[in-house]
Amino acid sequence: MSGTGGIDVRGVTHRIHGTTILQPIDLSLPSGKVTALIGPNGAGKSTLIRLIARIDPLQTGEVTVNGLDVRQTPSARLALEMAFMGQHSGLVSRLRVRELVAFGRWPHCHGRPGPKDRAAVEKALADFDLLPLADRFMDELSGGQAQRAHLAMTVVQETPWLLLDEPLNNLDLAHARALMAHLARLRDEGRSVLIVLHDLNFASGWADHVVAMKDGRILAEGVPAEVLTEPRLSELYDTPITVGSYQGRPLILHHL
Amino acid sequence: MRDRKTLIRLGLLVLAVGVAAALWMFQGLGAGRRDFVLALRWEKLIALVLIGASVAVATVLFQTVSRNRILTPSIMGFDALYLLIQTLAVAMLGVTGFAMLPGGPKFLIETALMTALALALFGTLLGRGAGSAEDIARTILTGVVLGILFRAGASLIGRLLDPNAYATVQAVSFANFGRPNAALVGWGAALALPAMGLALWMGPRLDVLGLGRERAVSLGLRYRVVMTGALALTAVLVAVSTALVGPVAFLGLIVAGLTHGLFPAARHRLRLVTAALIACLLLVLGQWLFERFLGRQAVLSVVIEFAGGILFLALLLKGRIR
Repeated sequence: MSGTGGIDVRGVTHRIHGTTILQPIDLSLPSGKVTALIGPNGAGKSTLIRLIARIDPLQTGEVTVNGLDVRQTPSARLALEMAFMGQHSGLVSRLRVRELVAFGRWPHCHGRPGPKDRAAVEKALADFDLLPLADRFMDELSGGQAQRAHLAMTVVQETPWLLLDEPLNNLDLAHARALMAHLARLRDEGRSVLIVLHDLNFASGWADHVVAMKDGRILAEGVPAEVLTEPRLSELYDTPITVGSYQGRPLILHHL
Repeated sequence: MRDRKTLIRLGLLVLAVGVAAALWMFQGLGAGRRDFVLALRWEKLIALVLIGASVAVATVLFQTVSRNRILTPSIMGFDALYLLIQTLAVAMLGVTGFAMLPGGPKFLIETALMTALALALFGTLLGRGAGSAEDIARTILTGVVLGILFRAGASLIGRLLDPNAYATVQAVSFANFGRPNAALVGWGAALALPAMGLALWMGPRLDVLGLGRERAVSLGLRYRVVMTGALALTAVLVAVSTALVGPVAFLGLIVAGLTHGLFPAARHRLRLVTAALIACLLLVLGQWLFERFLGRQAVLSVVIEFAGGILFLALLLKGRIR
């Protein structure tokens, strides 16, 4: 893990079938932090994170991750810098949980796992509370359990950057909290996280940096206290939002 | 424990293939002209093994690329494409011209042409953008339409041919395991064996491909290269089996289904090997039964198509299209 540098997005736009999804985006994401990407549906969050992770090809502009140009750098090299987990993870092969997680070591061992790879897999299984499920087939798991297995696979890739698109989907409160705590621990170890979140209180509680998107643009970015304010959030979601405070962090109340 | 079970099943399968091959070679061997009979049987055995392994490996590769378990190269019109090329060749060169072409080079040119066309058509269909291969319904429909288009094209050109030329086209249009094209076995092996070797070498990459495009790209796999490579190998192997025996629509489906049933969680290397073994077992044992005991009263290809068709419907009805 090099762990230096950050993610730089310069002049990135995106259109699908003539519809503009992203206006020109310029963004610098700091390394060594948990950055939350927030915004309403259709804001362009998933598109942006997928472009950074080179899942979708860049149409215009430039993205660098730890100084590596995403368009030019071989994919195998980038797989040692960033790991991506998307919202869709349909498997064709029938895999056990341990086998799926072990695939996360592919960039390091290319299908020939050594003792270090096996140890990393076992640690990830333990970290995500998956040891009792390790020998179960993925198609026998609940949505939340499968989500944890995919998360473990992403984390075991041991990259400086983790890019997670709505990873809290399907997770119950306890496992969602445990995931955020795990990401915070990884941050403390020097890794960086970009995470798309819909639950603003998770962003407030765990993120160091928040980027708010709307209509394909960056509306605001900064520390949670700067971005998660009543006027900003009400404008972002076009609905009245109340922001209180709990232990010095914004507490978002949107049901009042 | 799991590995032991897999090993036992694999061992039994190898043993069964060995027994089938021995039966094929030595059962009912009369007293006279043993060398001649053995040479004849050996030639046919090699052809059957080559056909079985080619169909099996092509199907497993194609199912991984297309991300589902009911599509086979035949259902998607690969062998119809081969027949169209054959029909076009007869139409353009005439029966004499077609017959005068040296078998080997003709086969190589047809294979190259088919691979290029298959990559152009199916590469675009299966590899375009994110999630396109996930759209099973669209993939199947497009494949079926392409298959119908190729068959209709071959049929249309067939109608324009004179009866002699049409008979030549008909001869290559139906599978006949009893009379594989022995002249092409050497050429077929020269193409199919390296293709199967490459498929085995690609095994771990195919495993990653099976995780889906997002995951494969994130893990650093050269997704397009592996997809294109697997499609090219599929085209070569279908060309080999179709040239040797004619089109077989459902053999691949039966073999892939049985492989999945016996080795549900197998990685690609094991899956490729077991699928090839099962296909060889089915063909050799089936042909032995039909030739030696049923006195050619029935035709193996018809039985395989019938059983495969029922399996296809069963898989559809069970909703296991993935």
